[in-house]
Amino acid sequence: MNHQPTPQTGKEKNPNLKKISGITMESIGVLMTCPMHKYLEQQLETHFNLFRLWHCNSSITEFLKTHQGNTIRAVVGDTNIGADAELIASFPNLEIVASYSVGLDKIDLRKCEEKGIRVANTPDVLTDDVADLAIGLILGVLRRICASDEYVRIGKWKDADFGLATKFSGKSVGIVGLGRIGTAIAKRAEAFGCSISYFSRSQKPFANYKFYSNIIDLATSCQILIVACALTEETHHIIDREVIDALGPKGILINIGRGAHVDETELVSALLEGRLGGAGLDVYENEPEVPEELLGLGNVVLQPHVGSDTVETSDAMADLVISNLMAHFSNKPLLTPVI
Amino acid sequence: MAESTDCHKAQQDFPKVLILKPIPFINLVGEQYFASNKFTFLEAYDSSLPLHQFLSTHSPSIKAILSSVGAPPITADILHLLPEVGLVVTTSVGLNQVDLLECRRRGIKVANAGSIFSDDVADFAVGLLIDVLRKVSASDGYVRKGLWATKGDYPLGSKLGGKRIGIVGLGNIGFAVAKRLEAFRCSISYNSRKRKPHVSYPFYESVCELAANCDVLVICCELTDQTHHMINKEVLSALGKEGVIVNIGRGAIINEKEMVQCLVQGEIAGAGLDVFENEPDVPLELFAMDNVVLSPHVAVFTPESFLDLRDLVVGNLEAFFSNKPLLSKFGDW
Repeated sequence: MNHQPTPQTGKEKNPNLKKISGITMESIGVLMTCPMHKYLEQQLETHFNLFRLWHCNSSITEFLKTHQGNTIRAVVGDTNIGADAELIASFPNLEIVASYSVGLDKIDLRKCEEKGIRVANTPDVLTDDVADLAIGLILGVLRRICASDEYVRIGKWKDADFGLATKFSGKSVGIVGLGRIGTAIAKRAEAFGCSISYFSRSQKPFANYKFYSNIIDLATSCQILIVACALTEETHHIIDREVIDALGPKGILINIGRGAHVDETELVSALLEGRLGGAGLDVYENEPEVPEELLGLGNVVLQPHVGSDTVETSDAMADLVISNLMAHFSNKPLLTPVI
Repeated sequence: MAESTDCHKAQQDFPKVLILKPIPFINLVGEQYFASNKFTFLEAYDSSLPLHQFLSTHSPSIKAILSSVGAPPITADILHLLPEVGLVVTTSVGLNQVDLLECRRRGIKVANAGSIFSDDVADFAVGLLIDVLRKVSASDGYVRKGLWATKGDYPLGSKLGGKRIGIVGLGNIGFAVAKRLEAFRCSISYNSRKRKPHVSYPFYESVCELAANCDVLVICCELTDQTHHMINKEVLSALGKEGVIVNIGRGAIINEKEMVQCLVQGEIAGAGLDVFENEPDVPLELFAMDNVVLSPHVAVFTPESFLDLRDLVVGNLEAFFSNKPLLSKFGDW
């Protein structure tokens, strides 16, 4: 879709960012792990001494063959490549990891804490977009919007009527993880007359929704189950065969968290066998690989990890990454610190 | 034996409800679920007689007509052939296929689908809008073709939050759309025949003015002589290059040729369309566009709605034949 270029595209410095610090930071070595966003890359190039890991086949070892490890004082990572133990060990002068994401599963937080490395992420600016996509996935699956678009485009409408989908309004929604994104999803689903319940590490005192301390009970009670929690050791494969079976043949699973939240093999077999009614997925265990069996199914909607991928939000996330870096190197408080 | 003959006779004496063309909704639900001891359906399409002759033959027993979208319009001519008709029931909310003036003149009551579809249609409108802005269908296709692994990330979409939504026609459906989109942090304004007294959304006198002041137009109004081709090049230009249009009303509310041109030339950013001027024909130019989402007039098609509609249709007919108030009367006569 055409969009107006944001004021900060191109090589010019973002004047708002420069106001944060009068110090020139162009000598500070910053490693960007992937080509995550052109505008972010341009801003990093303009404000710092930018190194691109993908120019060395995304390999730290290869990078160190041609660069001094001690040049890097900051790393900008994302959901593909963050900052694991190997990376952290390779850069002895690393002071801050600024993630172009809100999820922290690709960052070795323990190591960072150990070494006094700051960590910042991009919460809040992407909450709306991810929540919007969750609802878009629900409607795509239940109302078969994607399938009906395909139906019209291949000329099938002339032959026969499309058939029935399933109503969304009024259905029961269960949310796994009632954080910022989970809460935003709940608010939207409420506008469709849905009842909301949730499973979380602990009950949220401010939330007026039914709390389940057991995810099986949540899955049993709802028709639409949405994964919106952080990926940790505890939540790895939290959606397993038992949960899927509890959700059942009329239930649908929406995943806007991380692929590893779901036992993907179990999900695929449940969909193929009709033990699960449908799924809307933005994330997968081995992105960009998507299980082949899903590609032909009419009761799934597949997105290529686009939860926060709008022009507006990508730029806002980029600005936040830059602001955090500038704050750090001006000895000012981070805007969105994790550690 | 005598009993069954009596039953058979009795059914034959039931007042007839005329159906001119097969109604997909009845087939989808199952005709047995419309059985009543107050009326029977009379299917004109089953007869080999020409329509006028069929109607004249059966006119003494035809007391009501069940009309649907896509069926032959209920014109003054048809009503003239059926002097016993006291009720027209439609399976749609829209009544553009019924000569309402003639019904009023003849004292024929009219009942439509009321507000039972409002939720489903509003849900669908929101789904279409999210799909257009966030490219859901387009990127779903991208993944299915295996392009994510080979070609990389899909181009960025556009944020829904903060968009200014212009509702064209703030009836039950328009209102339901507004309530939903408010939860996505959108702001709402509207154009309607008249300003609604208890509504706090900003009102615009003309649809052009509305378009000029919003990012998204959602068409939720009826098709009438006044709204026919109301959305034309002028309105779409006012909406602008970043603008998106969603139509869950009727195809002919939009000048389809002009809209297609605007899309081809990038005068608007995208469209979500459930209805078209000549269904099931869809302008071929739209098939090549990934900023357009198309659906085959299915905004009401959920089993839940259809069961509600079945209850409403049977309820209206039975109420009429029992001299009770209609459940979803349209009009003030």
